[in-house]
Amino acid sequence: MSFLKEFRNRELAEALVRKLRDIPLRKPIKICHVCGTHEWTIVHYGLRSLLPANIELIAGPGCPVCITPALDIDQAAELALQGKIVTVFGDVSRSIGTKYSLEAVRSEGGSVKIVYSIIDAIKIAKSDQSKEVVFFAVGFETTAPITALYILRTPPKNFSILNSHRYVPPAVINLYSRGKLEMDGVIAPGHATTISGLKAYEPLAKEYGIPVVASGFEPVDVLMSIFMLVKQISEGKAEVLNQYSRSVTWEGNVKAMQTIGRVFELTDAHWRGIGKIDHSGFVLKDEFKDYDARYKYGLKNVDYASEMHPGCRCAEVMLGRIKPTQCPLYMKTCKPNKPIGPCMVSVEGACRIWATHMLLP
Amino acid sequence: MCLAIPAKVIEKTGNIAKVDFGDSTLREVDVSLVEVSVGQYVLVHAGYAIQVLDEEEALKTIELLSDMLSE
Repeated sequence: MSFLKEFRNRELAEALVRKLRDIPLRKPIKICHVCGTHEWTIVHYGLRSLLPANIELIAGPGCPVCITPALDIDQAAELALQGKIVTVFGDVSRSIGTKYSLEAVRSEGGSVKIVYSIIDAIKIAKSDQSKEVVFFAVGFETTAPITALYILRTPPKNFSILNSHRYVPPAVINLYSRGKLEMDGVIAPGHATTISGLKAYEPLAKEYGIPVVASGFEPVDVLMSIFMLVKQISEGKAEVLNQYSRSVTWEGNVKAMQTIGRVFELTDAHWRGIGKIDHSGFVLKDEFKDYDARYKYGLKNVDYASEMHPGCRCAEVMLGRIKPTQCPLYMKTCKPNKPIGPCMVSVEGACRIWATHMLLP
Repeated sequence: MCLAIPAKVIEKTGNIAKVDFGDSTLREVDVSLVEVSVGQYVLVHAGYAIQVLDEEEALKTIELLSDMLSE
């Protein structure tokens, strides 16, 4: 069922590249993707080196760990230092807030536990109801449904979430419309789009003339999606197409989106290093505020101003304005084993992907 | 973070399914948000199934690809 033989087939990839090179383009173009896993595939299989020089692939803000505000990490750290059990995904624990990461807090005696899912966090809360347990809910629409589902199932009273969920489509549309993200075509993130549905990206094509293709994650998937975009750009078309139809549909996972909608509402939200983006964040509805750690523990919202470390250029990396190798800290003071900027933390961060593939300035 | 891994459903009890990621890596995942039966493949992310993989659509994609290449 994996079809890896086809989707990792070298001859198919080479044939696609030859076809791509034959497409006439009047000017150089930028194709933007919004998913750390796409960046991994592109770097791991060396896809950039296969493309003609007039097609640039840029990595947009597609890594939830990278865009989780430093303040939110600070709040999680504060709770752990107060003795609450903070449960968190592994890569999130390594991202540094304004001062330190949750990993560092744990080494200082703070109670931080790595979990694979909110399901594990609730198990921890149920196992000892005398302890306060907080789940640091980070992630896009791919992750938000499971958070919503388990909030609906009435977790124990000693459980709450520190919510940082974000929604990709409005962010991409908004960043493009404000001129912050430059692109001629967009590769929609296959798994996030599995949930939201392709229809969420329709405004990009309809209102802004930007073609969209939802893509799978194997090298042939990504090359095929690039081909489908470049062909449209060459012909002056802007449609929303589906290369990853084995998982993505036009409507998406309706049940998952409805579950999100029962628990969360959309609000303007801050993306680390990028700023506030309209309708791009999920916040808990009032009826669930007892599960909102910020409300429960009276956490104060503070200023997002000083959230990037001196010299760190992650913000520009996340908008595709510079390559990781153009950051002055890259592989000098900021390395995978001792990250400074958020893009060097997660396995989905562009800097870390480049670094682990030995890409040097 | 949005990584989702295909796995085969080998048992299902209510909302929870036992799935096989291959190499006999077995896990329990929540399947509340999909309509799935034993024997089908799901994409698993953060402990739950985000979607049932559609084999027919995978074949269609491969067909579309060969059409593109033979144009």
